[in-house]
Order: sequence, then structure tokens, then C-alpha cells
Amino acid sequence: MAAPVKDPSLTDSILARHAAPAKASHWAEATRNDARARLLATGAPVRRDEYWRYTDPAPLTADEATDCPPLEPETSPVFDDVDALRLVFVDGVFAPDLSDEAAMDGVEIQPLSEALNADIHWAKDLYGALEAAGQTPVARPLAALNTAVAADGFVIRATGIAPKPVHLRYLHREDRSDVVIRHLVRVEEGASVTILENGQAASRFNKVMEIDVANNGACHHIRAQGRDHDRLAATHLFARLGTESNFKSFTLTVNGRLTRNEAVIEFTGDDAVGHIAGCCIGDGTFHHDDTVFVTHGSLNCESRQVFKKVLKNGATGVFQGKILVKEGAQKTDGYQISQALLLDEDSEFNAKPELEIYADDVACSHGSTCGAVDETALFYLRSRGVPLKEAQDMMVLAFVDEAVQEIEDDQIADEIRSRIGQWLERRST
Amino acid sequence: MLSIKNLQVKLEDEDKQILKGVNLEIEPGKVHAIMGPNGSGKSTLSYVLSGKGGYEVTAGGATMLGDDILEMEPEERAAAGLFLAFQYPVEIPGVGNMTFLRTALNAQKKARGEAELNAAEFLKLVRAKAKDLKIDADMLKRPVNVGFSGGEKKRNEILQMALLEPKMCILDETDSGLDVDAMKLVSEGVNALRSEGRSFLVITHYQRLLDHIKPDYVHIMADGRIIETGGPELALEVENNGYADLLAKVA
Repeated sequence: MAAPVKDPSLTDSILARHAAPAKASHWAEATRNDARARLLATGAPVRRDEYWRYTDPAPLTADEATDCPPLEPETSPVFDDVDALRLVFVDGVFAPDLSDEAAMDGVEIQPLSEALNADIHWAKDLYGALEAAGQTPVARPLAALNTAVAADGFVIRATGIAPKPVHLRYLHREDRSDVVIRHLVRVEEGASVTILENGQAASRFNKVMEIDVANNGACHHIRAQGRDHDRLAATHLFARLGTESNFKSFTLTVNGRLTRNEAVIEFTGDDAVGHIAGCCIGDGTFHHDDTVFVTHGSLNCESRQVFKKVLKNGATGVFQGKILVKEGAQKTDGYQISQALLLDEDSEFNAKPELEIYADDVACSHGSTCGAVDETALFYLRSRGVPLKEAQDMMVLAFVDEAVQEIEDDQIADEIRSRIGQWLERRST
Repeated sequence: MLSIKNLQVKLEDEDKQILKGVNLEIEPGKVHAIMGPNGSGKSTLSYVLSGKGGYEVTAGGATMLGDDILEMEPEERAAAGLFLAFQYPVEIPGVGNMTFLRTALNAQKKARGEAELNAAEFLKLVRAKAKDLKIDADMLKRPVNVGFSGGEKKRNEILQMALLEPKMCILDETDSGLDVDAMKLVSEGVNALRSEGRSFLVITHYQRLLDHIKPDYVHIMADGRIIETGGPELALEVENNGYADLLAKVA
């Protein structure tokens, strides 16, 4: 099959719209040049790409970010009560004066701008490598763009058990900020770290996080994408999981005109666990796309994809999820569920679950459903005196809970539940 | 307590009349039983009274303590003191039984302008009520009715009734799917709630339940109407002779 003919000027323009990053050391420049070449080879995403069939990438590749006036700052932002090492970005630029000192036992943290100019042996080998590997079999041009132009973000290396989470917070102040952020996380053997992310970030946000978990390492990632109505975001998460490692990622998304979260997870060691979950709730002009690619290349690994979407007033949800089990990846346990709760008839859910299996001793299952609130259950709750609105909210919270349960930390899981509850209350009309 | 006058009901989506003029007066403190063959409209009556959708009232009405309940939302009927113990209690994955019970109780209290219970007060109350019905802590922790046996589901219904302390209790085939011991347990739960200010409407197929929950009146329902009313002896007659004689009498 011939690759679709693309307009090269679109690719040039998405590269040109970001200022060339300050010159970095030789290895970093080489990585950027490789990424630029990858992007030029695949071209910017367009609607006729099969991978973008359900999500129009045009707003993500347009010359200018949409006008998105930031909301008033929250009085109690997500994760504020969590004891964490906080690193704050304002419109994509690290703000040391708003942040904690980037130092903690068991973790080395460096701003990306410094790391790209230094000779850090592990970062040199890893930076851009997971993104590059994740370009096959499906191209992810916006991730290559990120590698080519990113100048800010963090390089985080866990060498022991991190005593508290690293919290990346993205503040949004400019109406038309067009932001690229890049993080690199390496969890060494037996080490563990939790990464939190939240905030509106920008009018248009391109973020990539590469996470490499070595043998027996653990990484938990929880993020809350909010809240500005007109913001656009394309994010990529690339994770590589070593022997007996444990990786869990959960994302809550509320509001936002367009969000595409891609996750690419590869099992390279045996007996590892990798879970990726997400819950989005959208009302009105809201388009949310979860695109996940899990590759099993080793023995006896467990993967779970749990995605729940609550949609109303014409909101759209998309799920593209694939489990690829390579030859020899025996005893794989792969699970995938994607479900949408449509609160009215104007909303829409498109799901494309895929399994591709080349091993004969595996257990893989997938399911996808789309429906309204269960009227029988709703009547049962109301017949006990629970008012309609409250009963509906209980049903919504119950619906999303399978995804929320993927959060390991109970306190954080409860905070996510209460955030969803508050959102439902605010949207009571 | 409950006054049903010439109640006529059809299905909303099809032209099928289910209730064809039901008349029933239930006084405070009394237990009324309704028996009748399959398809006579017994469950429909309980659903219409409690406010389930899908039915259309074409004539007549129903009042509880003078209020027109058919005009109320289901939750308003509940707060006013109406309770339906479901024939098939609904499983609700993801909603914890305790959360459900507390939300329901406090919503009713709020609607009536009463003080809501805090977590500690509620826990104390629910533990005491659960103990009487032999409902263990594990059942309270699980999602509503999920993984419950038939008997556990019915006990959970009675627990809700005990917690919510309704004035008018409708039991829709609460004995179905119960073994002898479970029926005894459930009946004891119901009998413990009998009081001067609380009335019951017990819908059942079998006289056996009425050995445990002794009714003041027994009604026979057929083809959308109550065709015969009597005392407990009427249930025994049905048990011995079936419905044929009674149906023949009105035919």
C-alpha cells in the first residue's frame, strides 16, 4: 500500500512555527536532526491517515493555536494536598521561583535545557529512543516534532525509592500559548517513583514523556488534564518495561476542545505489569481521543487498558487500542476495555479495539460498549429517595470507577473521585 | 394510608391495558395481601404506585395520606413514606452498598427537613439493623446487590426498609427465590416493622408467606381487577383449590 501523498508544506510549517531551540550538545543536536528527518519522512498528520480517522488533526497542525483565554486560577488545584516535589511551568517555561528545589533522595532531577547540554550517559542513549522506536508500525509525527523542537521539561532518574511523588504542574496564562514540553524518566533497577501531572498547560500543548523502567522498577503516573474549554492537546507517553517491572498510568480529562493522548507501551522483560487507564468527561465542544498501542515481546506479562468516557451535549469520544503479542511472547495476559456512557443522543463514541497475536499460549480479551445510563438502576436508586440528579451522578461515578481503581494510591484515587463528583455537580443543568 | 380508586393503567409504548379499574383502601397499621395468577397486574400495580416509567395512567388515581402520589417523582414518593421491596432487586456495580444506603437515607431526611446522619451515626444504625437480618459487614461493603445470592438480595431489601422506616411498604413477591430459612428470616424482619402507623401491601403467589406475615385482608387480582376480598382464609382457599373457582365466579 502506497503511503498517502502529503503536503510537505504542512510539515515545514509545523516545524517552522516553533522557535529553533537553543543549540545543545552534539548528541542532542543529532537526536533532534534524526527526529526532524522522521517527521519529514512521515509528514504531518492529516485526516486521511487511517490513524487519524476519528480525530481531525487540523487544529493541532494549524499555523496558530486557537484563542483560549485561561480560566481563573483554581483555589485548590488538583494534587495540592499531596506531599510532593512540585515543579511548575508557566506556558511551557519552567518557573523555578514557583517550584520546589529540584532535589530529593533517590531521584536525580535536571531541567531538560541543562541535560541536553551535558554529557549524561544514560540520558544520551535514551532521549528520543523510545519515541523513535514507537514510530513503527504506526507513525506518530507530533511526537517526532516534539523531539525535534523541545527545549523545556525535565530529565528524571530514580535510583532508589522516591519518598514522595514528583509533581509537574502546568499553568496557562497566555491566550495563545503554543507549547512543547518533553520529559524523560528512567527508573533504575529496583527503584520506584510516582509522577503527577496537572494543569491546563497552554492553548495548544504538545507533550511527550518517555519512561524507561528497568528490571524490578516501578513507575506510577497520574495526570489530570483540565480545565480550559478551548485548549488543544496532543500528548504521547512512551514506556518500556523491563523484567518484573510495574507501570501504571491514569489520566483524568475534563473539558478541552481537543485532546489526543497516545500511549505506547512495550514489554521487553518477562513477568512485568503495565496498566494504562483513563477517564474523560466532556460536555459540548469536547473531543477526546485515547490511542493506545501495547506490544508484548516477552514472557508472562500482564497488560490492562481501561478507558471510560462520559459524554453529553454533542461531546465526542474516541478509543483506538491495540494489543500486539509478538511471536514467542507466551503466557501474555492482555485485557482491554473501552466504554462510553452517553448522557444524551447528541454524543458520539468511536472505538477501534484491535488484537494482533502471534503466540499460541496467551489470554487476551477486549470489550467495548456504548450506552445510556441504566434506567432500571436509576429507578431503583430513586425509589429509595435518591433524587434524579444525584442518582445519575452516582451512576456516572460507578461507571468510571473501574478506571479510577487503577490508581494505586487511595488518597489520590479519592481525590480524583471527588473531582469528578464536583464536575458533575457544576454541570447540573 | 393508601387509597386506590378505579386505577386504570396501560403500557406507554403499546396499546395494552394492564389495570382495568383497581380499587383498594389500606388503613394505617393493616397488612393487605394481593394474590393472583401470572399476568393479572400485581407487579404493574406496585410499579405504578412507586413511579416506574413506561406506564400511562388512563383513569382513576391513588393517594397516600391524602396526597396524589401519581403526580410525584419516585424520590418524592419515597420521601413521603412509600417503599417498594423489589421482586428483582437491581445490581448496581460500582456503587457501594453503604454509600447507597446512606445517600438514600439522608436524601429522604433532607427532603423532609430532618437532620441528616453523619458517618458515625449512620454506621451505628446500619450495623444494628443489619445484625437483626444476619447481614454481615462484607455484604454492606460490596457494590449494591452485586454477587448477592437471591436470599441476600431480599434481605438487603428488608434492610433498606428497616433503615428508611417507610409508612407504606409494598412487597413484590418478596418470597420468590427464597428457601424456607431465608423466608423465615425475611418475614421476621417484616414483622418486626409492623406497627400501628405502618401499612403493608404484600404481593405473593403463595399462601406460605402469609403463614409468616399474617395479613388482615387478602385480595385476589385477575385480569387487572380485584375480583374478591376476604380474610386470611381466602389465601388458604386459593392454596387448596387454585384460582379456577374464583375466576369462574366472575366470568
